[in-house]
Amino acid sequence: MNARKKKEKKIISNEKVLQVNNLHVSFRTYGGEVEAVRGVDFDLYKGETLAIVGESGCGKSVTSNAIMGLIPQPPGVIKNGNILFKGKDLTKLSKGGLRKIQGVDISMIFQDPMTALNPTLSIGEQLTEGLRTHKKIGKQEAKKRAIEMLKLVGIPNPEERLKQFPHQFSGGMRQRIVIAIALICDPELLIADEPTTALDVTIQAQILELFEEIQRKKEISIILITHDLGVVAKIADRIAVMYAGKIVEIGNKREIFYTPEHPYTKGLLNSVPRLDLEEEELQPIEGTPPDLFSPPKGCPFTARCDYAMEVCDHVYPFTTKLSEAHGVDCWLQDERAKVLKNSDRVG
Amino acid sequence: MAKYIIKRFFMMIATILIIATLTFALMHSIPGSPFDEERTSNPTIQANLEKFYKLDEPMHIQYLYYLKSIVTFDFGPSIKKPNESVNELLARGFPISFELGMVTILVALLSGVTLGTFAALRHNGIIDYLAMTFAVVGISVPNFVLATLLIQQIAVNLEWLPPATWSSPLHMILPTLALATGPTAIIARLTRSSMLEVLTQDYIKMARAKGLSPVRIVVRHALRNALMPVVTIMGTMLAGILTGTFVIERIFAIPGMGKYFVESINNRDYPVIMGSTVFYSAFLVFMLFLVDIVYGFLDPRIKLHRKEGDA
Repeated sequence: MNARKKKEKKIISNEKVLQVNNLHVSFRTYGGEVEAVRGVDFDLYKGETLAIVGESGCGKSVTSNAIMGLIPQPPGVIKNGNILFKGKDLTKLSKGGLRKIQGVDISMIFQDPMTALNPTLSIGEQLTEGLRTHKKIGKQEAKKRAIEMLKLVGIPNPEERLKQFPHQFSGGMRQRIVIAIALICDPELLIADEPTTALDVTIQAQILELFEEIQRKKEISIILITHDLGVVAKIADRIAVMYAGKIVEIGNKREIFYTPEHPYTKGLLNSVPRLDLEEEELQPIEGTPPDLFSPPKGCPFTARCDYAMEVCDHVYPFTTKLSEAHGVDCWLQDERAKVLKNSDRVG
Repeated sequence: MAKYIIKRFFMMIATILIIATLTFALMHSIPGSPFDEERTSNPTIQANLEKFYKLDEPMHIQYLYYLKSIVTFDFGPSIKKPNESVNELLARGFPISFELGMVTILVALLSGVTLGTFAALRHNGIIDYLAMTFAVVGISVPNFVLATLLIQQIAVNLEWLPPATWSSPLHMILPTLALATGPTAIIARLTRSSMLEVLTQDYIKMARAKGLSPVRIVVRHALRNALMPVVTIMGTMLAGILTGTFVIERIFAIPGMGKYFVESINNRDYPVIMGSTVFYSAFLVFMLFLVDIVYGFLDPRIKLHRKEGDA
């Protein structure tokens, strides 16, 4: 394999594959209602990789599950907003209608390949069942396609491997199989929920390269859910930073990494070890995210923010557009806060 | 596989031998003899009888004769019913007991798994509560109580079904119901709890993300994994049901093995006791073996034998 040769530029078109507008998702629990996602907006273009980053519990996975139609209802409720996939509102579809899209047009890769595969079914069956349900093709044809997919994700001896069971594969191999399953119906959108978190670092790099390779071959759009900024730096085109159920900053990879504006984004970047800045110590963000049982009225980051102002406590900031792609929800962008704005910049 | 079966076969023989020896020792340690109740206290007749049944021999010689009878599977005539051999008794009684046992286990398995699955799918819903209430009642009420209740209400008061004997499928309903309720309840509870666990697994979420139909997800992806604990208890449950038939057979006047077995113990009818014990234990050991094989089919991770080259 020529890992180096494939650094050609990938094509991102202007066609919007997915539009998420003002999405609100809540969970009704015994303790009350948890507002896990509180108004998320973003668009996804064809052939692009959007990374959604943020710490645990910020609503990344809930957002992706909502797009995939996997929010268990009850206790979950999509309270507001819509998810337009090529113009079709996924939140309005019936369960049957949703099933025609799940796995065919949108598919998902899960975090832990050790548990994502059914231990009692052969790899071949798990690969082909989606295909055979949706595309109505014969057994032999499905098998041929499955072998093709296993080759694509780099599994040797696919013919023999089809008959084997998940426990006969290593973790990295299993994640390749999960990817093959997700891609077998040629989806236009792939949601990868922490696809490398459960893998060894060496395997992580291989899987990420596989993503890039597939994206170039298939012009697929990817939503990458992760808290690993290293992964983001490697394969994302755009980055959305989520905090307490909201996207607080969104922009191109360069903009987020080199000119972050939101104090939370800055904090996130400062808490990652960097090889080029030897003397600097890691700066963790003090405190914990707010309790989403009763989310704060103002900016949810206020309590942990070094630049918090009076207004932050009371009113959530509107989005300030810094460039065509770069937007940030922060009061520091307001003209009246200019003094503080440039006092600390990472990079 | 063949290697495993051969190994299991020898283990089965050893198990049966141990059971047979224990039965022999226990039987002969109980005071009394088969001829206690006989009024013919003529010592010559008694001696002749004992000689005929080889009861006058020393214990170890009797044991050897006994082992021989196991190997040849010929337990000789019954002491109390001298015109019938033990083999004939078994041939007459066992098929009926077997039928009752198998119908029961089939009913228990089908209804228990169905009930447990629906209860899990409607977790904390009305079906769940009803099923679990039934399960608690089913486990708590002993089958002989249930049997008498069923006879009283359904056979005597309502006259819907015949109260006793084993002559048509209609006759089978009440005894099966009485015998199957407990196991059904246990299987339902077990299926429910393991189903609830399986349904939260990632591979079920993944199956949903594939856009598969709910039926396929439950049957193909969830049930197979959820059934593992059920298969595990099947072995012991089978033993419970087969011995449970003895009591139920008596209540419903079913001419199965139970009647002969209980009578033979009261009468110290050694050949019948030995014959039926050995036969039953052999049967059960074989069933347990089948359960292990089913295990291997359900879950590919369970290897019945170690292949060369496997870690």
